[in-house]
Amino acid sequence: MAMLTIEDLHVNYGVIEAIKGVSFSVEQGEVIALIGANGAGKTTILHTITGLIPVKSGKIEFEGHDLCKTPAHKIVQMGMAHVPEGRRVFQQLSVYENLLLGAYTRKDKAEINASLELVYHRFPRLKERQKQLAGTLSGGEQQMLAMGRALMSKPRIILMDEPSMGLSPLLVAEIFDIIENINRDGTTVLLVEQNAKMALSIANRAYVLETGRLALQGKASDLMENEEVKSAYLGG
Amino acid sequence: MSFISYFVNGLSLGSVYALIALGYTMVYGIAKMLNFAHGDIIMVGGFVIFTAMSTLSMPPIVAVLMAIVVCTVLGVVIEKVAYRPLRNASSISVLITAIGVSYLLQNLAQLIFGTGSRNFQSVVSVPAWRINDKLTISGETIVTIIVTTIIMIGLTLFINKTKTGRAMLAVSEDRGAAQLMGINVNRTISITFAIGSALAAVAGALLCSSYPQIGAYTGQMPGIKAFVAAVFGGIGSVPGAMIGGVALGVIENLSKAYISSQLADAIVFAVLIIILLIKPTGLLGRKMNEKV
Repeated sequence: MAMLTIEDLHVNYGVIEAIKGVSFSVEQGEVIALIGANGAGKTTILHTITGLIPVKSGKIEFEGHDLCKTPAHKIVQMGMAHVPEGRRVFQQLSVYENLLLGAYTRKDKAEINASLELVYHRFPRLKERQKQLAGTLSGGEQQMLAMGRALMSKPRIILMDEPSMGLSPLLVAEIFDIIENINRDGTTVLLVEQNAKMALSIANRAYVLETGRLALQGKASDLMENEEVKSAYLGG
Repeated sequence: MSFISYFVNGLSLGSVYALIALGYTMVYGIAKMLNFAHGDIIMVGGFVIFTAMSTLSMPPIVAVLMAIVVCTVLGVVIEKVAYRPLRNASSISVLITAIGVSYLLQNLAQLIFGTGSRNFQSVVSVPAWRINDKLTISGETIVTIIVTTIIMIGLTLFINKTKTGRAMLAVSEDRGAAQLMGINVNRTISITFAIGSALAAVAGALLCSSYPQIGAYTGQMPGIKAFVAAVFGGIGSVPGAMIGGVALGVIENLSKAYISSQLADAIVFAVLIIILLIKPTGLLGRKMNEKV
């Protein structure tokens, strides 16, 4: 039984049907990459899973719970965190306050502090800047904050949307190292990326999305050798 | 009257504007709507106190507490019934609805209490403070300044130091991201309306005590002035509403004293226009980033 199952998902974005019958699954412990061009519907799928966009039809099941009817604010409590596209850290709040909001649904102060220490251990730069307003951080630091904030909810699965966006190649490599580490420590990862090369390099399996439909799927290592994928997404 | 006395009365009036402006600015920041019925909550608060004291002969403090409870519940109910169904509607629909609610409250008040004004018995029993022969500060003024200062400090601490306050800041900045943190946006909006309406009730008690009249339109002008104060300070900004409100009250009172009492309101609005020309976001306002 898969941890997260998406079945024949249809989603409307305004009047346009953005997702036209997508099915995929994520097993516990995996890193799954969802790759595709701009506008293929990757972000829409993540937003639909965490309830920010309503489902038109289809099924989203997470550990036996139906997510289609679950309001967005109840999903993080179920063990699913979402690092949204463009980081969306709370710019007017400090790094520390952002991290506390990540643990909003948790009650135990001691456990929250333990998570905070773990996040600071994973991202030492966030500790250095804990009193600074999030809006004053660099792009890479904001990405780390968005990831740290998601980890503060102690998720079993983490959805990451374009973590490489707008970052230098060096920082991208650093962020992907961290994603691998997070996965190694036991968190399942569903990764949406335009940077297909990086995504495939750390994923177990991948799905290729084209204008709202799945075009290809398979083991990441196989997709990396696939001629279609090579020419369309890996720059020849 | 001396300058100090005009200034202190301006501070007192301005701090009432600030209380009302806080309701406007918090609702705008968090629910992204202009609640034009907010001023009429002041009037409802005033009438609750009027009824409690004159008809039911209750002590002033009980009457004020009753007004706070009634207004808080009313604010939350208005949001649930009138505004929540329009959460995803265009902002013009919400604005028109708010104006409709405002008329509804005013007409209900006329239906119950008649069209004329009633004399309002002050809830303040603090004696005036006679500093010298020329300068006397009324008990209402003293109480207003003290009460509003305490409320503003308390509110600032609540917003910045508590979990609920942080959730309010998060919702005001990015509703979607706030939901991803597990914050219930509807609940946060209800809390915002509750706080704003409670502050309006207090404002009603203080305002009607200083200017001892109450009628169906009592809340209208203070409501508009407070809205101006909120825009002046930067709508969405809590410290901006406080500064804007106090500044507006002082400007209004000094204009009345030294320029013309008829032109005072015009001067207040002219100052708003000048500020907005120089700084379109208001004194402490931030530029809103449009999200795609």
